[in-house]
Amino acid sequence: MSTAEVCMVAGMALATFLIRYGLLPLSGRLSLPPTVERALSYSAPAVLTAIIVPTVLMPDGKEMVLSLSNSYLVGAVATAGVGWLTRNLLATIVLGMAAFLCWQWVVKNLLMF
Amino acid sequence: MASGFPKDRSLAKETPAQSNPVESPRLSPAREIYEGARDTLPLVIGAAPFGIIFGTLSGGCGLSAAATMAMSLFVFAGSAQFIALGLVCGATAWPLIVMTTVVVNFRHLLYTATLLPFLGGLARPWQALLAFGLTDETFAVAARRYLDPKQPDLTRWYQLGSALFMYTNWNVCTLVGLAAGRHLSDVAGWGLDFAMPATFIGMVIPYLKDRPGWISVLVAGAVSIPAAALPHKLGLLVAALAGIAAGLLAETRIHRRRDPFKRKETLS
Repeated sequence: MSTAEVCMVAGMALATFLIRYGLLPLSGRLSLPPTVERALSYSAPAVLTAIIVPTVLMPDGKEMVLSLSNSYLVGAVATAGVGWLTRNLLATIVLGMAAFLCWQWVVKNLLMF
Repeated sequence: MASGFPKDRSLAKETPAQSNPVESPRLSPAREIYEGARDTLPLVIGAAPFGIIFGTLSGGCGLSAAATMAMSLFVFAGSAQFIALGLVCGATAWPLIVMTTVVVNFRHLLYTATLLPFLGGLARPWQALLAFGLTDETFAVAARRYLDPKQPDLTRWYQLGSALFMYTNWNVCTLVGLAAGRHLSDVAGWGLDFAMPATFIGMVIPYLKDRPGWISVLVAGAVSIPAAALPHKLGLLVAALAGIAAGLLAETRIHRRRDPFKRKETLS
C-alpha cells in the first residue's frame, strides 16, 4: 500500500466509525424529543430511496434515462412489483435480479434501441 | 418508542441470564446471534455480488489489493467504498475521498440516533462493536427487533449476529472479487451491480404501510434526481432529509385532523 492509500483507508475507516459511534456517548445525558424520534423512524426508507432512485434512473450517473432500454429502471419496477406482491425479501431480491438480467439480455440481443 | 433508557450503566453490566428473569422465556445469546444472522440472509445474498464486483473493479482503478482488502476490513461501508473506488479511478486526492465518505455515510448518524434508546445503556465495548457494524442492512434488521416488545433485552446479540454475517460475507466476497479480478475483467458489464438497488427496494417495501410512509419515500425519490447534481454526493443527504421531513409533516397533519383523544393511540 502506498502512503496515500494508507491515509485514504485510515481516514475513511475513522470517519465511518465516528459517524456510526458518534452519538452513543451522549446517550446517558440526552434524551431525544418525541418529534425527533418520530422523524427518525423515516430515516431508513428515505435514505434507501435516495440511493435507489438516482442509481436506477441515471445508470451512468449523469443523465436520466426514462425508456425501456434502461434495464435498471425496468428491473427496479419488476423488483418493486415482486416485493409488493410477495412481501418476501429473499424472493424480491432473487426474482428482481433475475428480471433485471433477463431484460438486460433482451435489450442487448433482441431490441434495437 | 421508549424514550427513557437507563442513565447508569448497571443494566449493561448484568449478565444476560440475570436480566429480567420473570418475563417471558428469553432466547440465549447464541440463539439470538443465530436468529440475527438468519434474518439477515436475504440481505447477505443481495450484498454478495456487490462485494465481488468491488473486489473485481479495484485493480482496474489502480487500487492495490492490500488497500482494497483493508477498506472492506476496516471501513465496512459498501456504497462509500464504491464511491471511493470511483474517485480513485478519477485520480482524486485522498483528503477529498475521506470528505466524500463523511457525506455519504452521514446517514448512519440517523441510524445511531434511531437506536440510541436501545444502545445507550450498553457498555462501551458493546457500543463500539455494534456501531462499527451498523450498515444499512443490519440497521434495517435490528431496528425491527428492538421495536418488538417481546425481545428487547438480548437484541444486542441479535444485532451482533446480523453484523457478523454481513461482515464475513462482505470480506469473503471482496477477496473472491480480488482473486477473480484478473480472470474476469468484464464482470462489471454483467449488471451484477443491480443487486444493490434490488436489495434496497426490498428493504423499503415494508415501510410503505401508511400515507406518511409513502409520502416520505416519494419525496426522497423526487428530490434525489435534481439533488444528484450537487457536488460530493451531497444530494443523498439532501434527498434523505427532505424525505424524513415530508414523512414527519404528513404524519403530524394526519394526526391533527383526527380526534385529539385518539391521538395517543395512533402515535404509539
